[in-house]
Amino acid sequence: MAVPKTDLSRASDPLLEEISGPTPRQILRKRVRGHTGLLFGLGVVLVLVVIAILAPVLAPHDPYVQNLGSRMVKPVFMGGTWDHPLGTDHLGRDYLSRLIYGARVSLLIGTVAAVISGIIGTAMGVAAGYFGGKVDAVVTFLINVRLAMPVVLVALAVVAILGGSLEVVIGVLGLLLWDRFAVVMRASTLQVRRREYVAAAQAIGASTSRVILSEIMPNIVNNLIVIVTLEMAHAILLEAALSFLGLGVQPPTPSWGLMVSEGKNMMLFEPWLVLIPGVVLFILVLAINLMGDGLRDVTAPENRS
Amino acid sequence: MSDVTAKPLLSVRGLTLDIPLASGTLHAVRGIDFDLHRGETLCIVGESGSGKSLTSLAIMGLLEKNIRRSAERMDFDGIELTRASKRQMRSLRGDRIAMIFQEPMTSLNPAYTIGDQLVEALRLHRRVSHDKARARAVELLEKVGITAAASRLGQYPHQLSGGLRQRVVIAMALMCEPELIIADEPTTALDVTIQAQILRLLVDLTKEMDVAMILITHDLGVVARVADNVGVMYAGELVESGPAASVFGKPLHPYTRGLLRCIPQPGKTARGADLGTIPGIVPSLVGDVQGCAFRTRCPHAVDACRDAIPERGEPPHEFLCVHPDGARAAEGEPA
Repeated sequence: MAVPKTDLSRASDPLLEEISGPTPRQILRKRVRGHTGLLFGLGVVLVLVVIAILAPVLAPHDPYVQNLGSRMVKPVFMGGTWDHPLGTDHLGRDYLSRLIYGARVSLLIGTVAAVISGIIGTAMGVAAGYFGGKVDAVVTFLINVRLAMPVVLVALAVVAILGGSLEVVIGVLGLLLWDRFAVVMRASTLQVRRREYVAAAQAIGASTSRVILSEIMPNIVNNLIVIVTLEMAHAILLEAALSFLGLGVQPPTPSWGLMVSEGKNMMLFEPWLVLIPGVVLFILVLAINLMGDGLRDVTAPENRS
Repeated sequence: MSDVTAKPLLSVRGLTLDIPLASGTLHAVRGIDFDLHRGETLCIVGESGSGKSLTSLAIMGLLEKNIRRSAERMDFDGIELTRASKRQMRSLRGDRIAMIFQEPMTSLNPAYTIGDQLVEALRLHRRVSHDKARARAVELLEKVGITAAASRLGQYPHQLSGGLRQRVVIAMALMCEPELIIADEPTTALDVTIQAQILRLLVDLTKEMDVAMILITHDLGVVARVADNVGVMYAGELVESGPAASVFGKPLHPYTRGLLRCIPQPGKTARGADLGTIPGIVPSLVGDVQGCAFRTRCPHAVDACRDAIPERGEPPHEFLCVHPDGARAAEGEPA
């Protein structure tokens, strides 16, 4: 951005300053500051990302080391010791360390699955919205086929055949969660495609790829960001569900869904075994959803001017 | 008037546009002919739905895919537009033929600064440095009457008023020094005080830079002031065309006369006097259309209007009517 140049002439012309007002970046910054939900969501997600990255440094114990002598130690707030702040599981593994390493699995699956589906869904949706006609008919048909498939059942079937592993779960979710991307991107493209600046770009001789990438995409990317966050939350929940059913990430890998699953046998006697991973999962998904809603609010172009 | 014997820049013969609909084929434009010489301004006037905008999009090759275009000839400086490849059309658009759209509020992309958009318009066609393109943008912004042009480059479209935006759009159309500008109702979305300024600017610039212009409008007041030639469109046909002075001085087609009676003229129209109206509505163009499309609204319609309509008048002033004088005598006008 040519900020210095603009500043210079603005200083020389007080009238112009009044006309131009704040730059879009300044407006955005102001809006982000005023949005509590976005700040909370963004804060929680950032903290969890940092924790996941720094897991080897932060975790007090090795998440895989079993110690059958100290099984089911209660967490601190239920009379345990600071040696195991959140207690230990049925194999004597430190619960806090497993929780910290579990954040890696959840965030990795959420991010990669959302990116894979995002690429598939955006390509399909934008192509359908831009080209219309037969392309649109094919994409709409594929979306309907995909919507008719129960995600959890298909994921269960595929994982049951291929075997559960982190890669398989990521792949399956990435290939199953593109429907919302395709639907929303198609609708947004249809809306923007009719604007005159698209015709104007064609009228100055821009190629189709250029029109799509540099005229249409910048105007619909805010919708994309929102769906990425929603689908991330969706993928994280599905991973937890698959792991809970024993068809997701396989033990001994620490995963929040798996921890709930392993704790469920003892649920009536030691409810914290289920509650701790459950609450953490809930907070992460809530934070991601708040972040998505907030991003939609602050980037919506109708509020820009 | 430029020399009629010179080869026209754009020559269109028998341009026909059909839109297939569920209820039949809509014959939106039905065989129109016109020539445009370098540096000339051709105004196409007509009601909404008469096919003016579609005609301009057909020249640009920017029609929706479902619209069928056919023409005996669409010659732009030796290039046959009906046979031009997509790549050829793309290199013409913006470079040699530029277009100005109706709605300045939406014809600039809200995601980019106006500087970026102006620079892009030039760099799509010319290998020039970013700085040179920027300099050209500043020069043109000044030319279209924008003050503090250099600092405007960093602004986004939403920070500009409608009039300023349309000036930017005009500057953008001029970036590559086109030979033909097609302006599709460039002033309708602006308020009246700005309309005259923008139009004046557009006309002055096209004259100064020797650019031919097709100006599409439904405002006859505009046409009278700026046109070299006028084409009156009704229901997909050019019902009357000719030099502006001749068409306005001696309108031959009953529709043109009807249109002119609808405009109040300072000094001539008495206070409190009724303005003319054309009764009836534009006919549906779906299915087979035969004869004169204006016959349902024309006070001089006769049975022969259902058949093929002869082309009358002497070039360059021609019209389509069964009456040899366009029923001027019947309306008590001098022949």
